[in-house]
Order: sequence, then structure tokens, then C-alpha cells
Amino acid sequence: MTPASAARPLVSVEDLTVRFDTGERVVHAVNGVGLTLAEGETLGILGESGSGKSVTLRCLMRLLPPRRARIGGRILFAGEDVLAMDERRLADHRGRSVAMIFQEPMLAFDPVFTIGEQIAETVRRHEGLDRAAARRRALEMLERVRIPGAARRLDAYPHEMSGGMRQRAMIALALSCRPRLLLADEPTTALDATVQIQILLLLRELQAELGMAVIFVTHDIGVAVETSDRIAVMYAGRIVESGTARDVVRTPRHPYTAGLLASRAEGAPRGTRLGAIPGAPPDLAHIPTGCAFAPRCAVAGPECGEAVPAARDLGGGHQASCLRV
Amino acid sequence: MSATPLLRVSGLRKFFPVRGGLLGRKVADVQAVDGVSFEVARGETLGIVGESGCGKSTTARLLIRLIEPDAGEIVFDGFGLGDGMTLAELRRQAQMVFQDSYASLNPRLTVADTIAFGPRVHGMPAAQAMTLARDLLRKVGLDPALFAGRYPHELSGGQRQRVNIARALALSPRLLILDEAVSALDKSVEAQVLNLLCDLKAELGLTYLFISHDLNVVRFMSDRVMVMYLGKVVEIGDVETLYADPRHPYTAALLSAMPSMDPDRRTAEAPLAGDPPNPIDPPSGCRFHTRCPFAEDPCRRAEPGLKPAGDRRLVACHMNDPASGHSRAGRQGEAA
Repeated sequence: MTPASAARPLVSVEDLTVRFDTGERVVHAVNGVGLTLAEGETLGILGESGSGKSVTLRCLMRLLPPRRARIGGRILFAGEDVLAMDERRLADHRGRSVAMIFQEPMLAFDPVFTIGEQIAETVRRHEGLDRAAARRRALEMLERVRIPGAARRLDAYPHEMSGGMRQRAMIALALSCRPRLLLADEPTTALDATVQIQILLLLRELQAELGMAVIFVTHDIGVAVETSDRIAVMYAGRIVESGTARDVVRTPRHPYTAGLLASRAEGAPRGTRLGAIPGAPPDLAHIPTGCAFAPRCAVAGPECGEAVPAARDLGGGHQASCLRV
Repeated sequence: MSATPLLRVSGLRKFFPVRGGLLGRKVADVQAVDGVSFEVARGETLGIVGESGCGKSTTARLLIRLIEPDAGEIVFDGFGLGDGMTLAELRRQAQMVFQDSYASLNPRLTVADTIAFGPRVHGMPAAQAMTLARDLLRKVGLDPALFAGRYPHELSGGQRQRVNIARALALSPRLLILDEAVSALDKSVEAQVLNLLCDLKAELGLTYLFISHDLNVVRFMSDRVMVMYLGKVVEIGDVETLYADPRHPYTAALLSAMPSMDPDRRTAEAPLAGDPPNPIDPPSGCRFHTRCPFAEDPCRRAEPGLKPAGDRRLVACHMNDPASGHSRAGRQGEAA
């Protein structure tokens, strides 16, 4: 490997914008996201609903409806321009290089085929294995995601499994072709607490075993901490802060990140007031000029409304887009 | 008699029939709530936690008879339901706020009409009910001049939940049942609503039943906490002692399943394997025995009763009962 290719990131996103045009109004879902991800690295994207975290994730696999979504900017995967891929190239890209898991596994599976058939079909499509070899791979994958009685589960239909088992089966499906990048869109949000932690730990183990890169989208700081090396915090379609999980959680520099951490009920003594952020996130059809967080920010001044603040380097890969840092 | 609890529930039970076959005969029961008993003191917040299917929401609905229980007694402020207290009176005194802020509002009514609806049904003149609605909007932090005439779809999730709280307060209830009332809100908005609930409780002298799957939020809000598993109460006690020293293995597992907030101390091992069993056919004996790391023979055979474990705590675990035959019995219980 030449030094140049070793340094090349697996994913590089530059100035990504996504607009949804509904005819009546234009929703500015993503407004200039830039990020890089190294081979084998785990990035958590933390944000509230409407922050653009899921839309950003979907762009990496081009899953947005092309008629309604206008995508701008550049997405490179292993040096290849994802936005320029034609349908055939995309079909190879999806599932083989990049795979995705969702909050609701029932949407990822076809209800009329068994779990085993669906995993085997994916492997045959992408790797050209024969029927028997594909079935062996499906079994191996179910074992890898620690589904008890995997051989029996191969012939189960999705509805015959419990929520946690279905989530494991979806992970098996996503990883069946050894993707280099796994996209995880709130995969544990619908799960019960004792099941959620099992799935988080499983994903962490599989990431270490298989060495893939992961982007984990979540609204839950704890989930991001459990899974991610680095965390990027999104607000109104922009990354406002990013850095190692340690830097972002311990020494948040953007007022939004700091506010989110201060508003948590965790560890707050009873009878005290939580440090709530006033107001609500902006309407994405009418994003304020300048810093989108300024109207809710305790330290904002008139200059914050003038231009979108650029990311400022705080050392150690820690960045925040705020005039006050 | 200030010691009378505001709410006393005993032996609450609800099984939902599962029908199947050609004739739609009953083939099984979902044992949603089975023998649940607890008390809530005046001015107290009792938190109820547990995973899906544990019966926490069904318990809330049974309390104000949104669902008819199979068995059980409800005593509100010393008066039994149907014995000194009518259902209408109970529902005036105990109001509920639900998780889905949108589904619980009538889309054709303005915010002010929604809040005034209950009082008008109870005979309040229209003008007076409108004044009350505007006062309540102010109380929940919404400017009546801006919000009184709006419809639910014109509000954000946090604003709608404030309207639901205002409506719940319109009949001057004494008990508010909050069923995952902040769960659908974004974190930055959740904190605002939690602060509001704390303020209202202090101002109006309310009693809360606070149901949530979020253990951090329950700890912040509650004086005492009740933990449920598959339709049963497994542990109930003061919030700080219960969180610091859980006695039931399920409570301990639930607490250690919370994701870590410290990147240097990430969770190393999941406390439990597998999913919660199906409440249609719950395990014999202790319902938790199939997932419990300490399960022994007595756990499979006999159901543990809810017994005192010191510190105003009740625990339903054979390890807490010296007579149960469990090899660890007495060790934990004696420490109390």
C-alpha cells in the first residue's frame, strides 16, 4: 500500500446539501455537511429529529427518492464518486460495499421468504456463490450474530422471531457480504433496554472482528458513547461539533452540544431544574441565516446571524462551528 | 387522617383473551397485569418502569377504567370506586397524559376549545371555561394570545404536550397519570416539559404516577419507583435506595443495561441474554427465572410474593425470602 492510499479516507463527504421540494415548500434537510471516515473507524452522528442525520446517512447509499430530493456536494467512497454512479454500479455498491441497518427490521425483510433464503439470495447476487454455499454463509452469519439455534432459525419467517432476534437477523443480512462500511440508522431505538445493550455490544464486537467502518446515527448520547470512536453533533442540517467521543462528551464546546448535555436528567439531583435549551429546533423550510442555533443560544450576539460560522479547529481533531469558541 | 394514601390499588388483574381457530374461541390469555398492588401518598411521585409488555401502561389505563379490570380494588382518597366514589368523580380527580401528543388531541378543535371542553361538559359556563383555558395555557408556558386559537397541527410536539398537560389540569385533578408523556419529545424539549411538570406539581400540590421506560428521567422525577416485569411488580422502593442497591435481579439488570455516558467506561457485558418472554404464556414460578442469573429450583416451581426487604422496600424474589429454599435466601434480606 502506498502512503497516499493509506491516508485516503474510506468515506469523504464535502459540502453535502439535500433539499426536498414538495411543490409547496422547500425543506432544507442537509445544509453543507462535510465529514471523513477512515477504514475501520466508527463515527456516531448525534442529533434530534429533523437534524438531518438520517438523510445524510441515506445519501451515502443514494436511498433518497431522486424525484423529490435534490442532492448537492460530493460523496467519495474509496475514491469513487457515489453521486455519479449509474443504476448498475449502485446495485453493486449497495449491499456489497456499503450495507445499512434500520430501526424497524420488519421493513428490511420480505415477510414471505425465510430469513435464510433472504441472506442466501443477497450472497448469491453479490458474490455469485452457489445455492449450498450461500446457505452455509447464511448459517455462519446467523451464528456470528449469536442467534441461538441458528440452524433452525434459518428456516424461520421474520414474523416468527422476537424483536431482538429480528434485529440480529437484519445485522446478519447486512453483514453477509462483508461490507467495508455499515450504516446504522437508530437500530436499537425501538428495542427494550435489556435488549438494546445486547445489540450495541454485538455491533461493537462485530466491528472489531470484521474491521468494517461504521456510521451510527442516534439521538441518544449514551448509545453514541457505547458505539463510537468519534461523534459528530448535527443541528438543522449541519455538523456543529465533532471530535473524539471523549472530547465531545467531556468538553463540549458548541453551545448546542453543551446544552444537550446539560439538559439530561441523568445524574441531575431531584428537586433541581434541568438546564433546558429554550425554544424548539427551526422549521427546515425557513432556516435562520447565520448560525441556525443562534435564536436558542444563551451566548449569541448579532454577529451570529450574519453568516454560518465555519468549523474552528480546537486541536486533536476536535472542531466546533461557533464564533464564541 | 393525613396518612391515608391518595391512591391504593390492590390485586389489580387484567387478562386479554387471545382468540383463534374457526370459531374464534379463546385459545390463550395475555396476562397483561396480574395481581398488582401499590399505594401512592399525597404529593408523591411514584415512577413505574419496565420493558414493553410489562403491564405499566395497562395498569395506568385500568386505574381510570379506560380498560375494565378482571379483578382488583381501587381506593381513591379513602373512598372505594363504586363504594363512595363514582367513576365520573374518579376520572375528574385522576387525569392522564399520553405519549402521542397528536393522537390525544381533537384536530378540529382549537387549543382553547380543547382545554375548555372538559369543564364545559361538567357544567361550567362557556365564557368562564374560556378564561380558565387561557389561564391554563399561561400556566404551561404558552402565550394565550398566540396559541389559544391554534389547531394541533400548527404546534410542535413539545407545545402539543403542554396543551395536553393544560387539558389534564382543567378539571383541577389531584392525580396526574403521565404515561410516557415525554418519551416522544426531543431531548432539548424533554427537559423543558420535565421542568414544567415539577413546577406544576409544587404549585398545585399534585400527585404523579410517572410511567416511563427511561430510567434517568424516572430517577429525576420520582420519590418512589415500582419495577414491573411481565405483568407483575418485582420491586418497589424509595428511588435513591432502589437505584443504589437494587434487590431484585431484574431491577439490577435494568439499571446496568443503561448505556454508559463515559467513553472510558463503556459497558463490557450485557446483563441479560435474550428478549423478554411473551406475556401470552409467561414462565412458571417466578416469571423472571428464564433470564435470571441466580435462578434455582424454587424459582421454577413457586411464584415469589412481594415481601418487605427493609428500607420501606418490597421485593418479589425468593432470594429475599428465607423460607423459599433458595440457596442465597436470607443473605440479601438480612443485610437490610
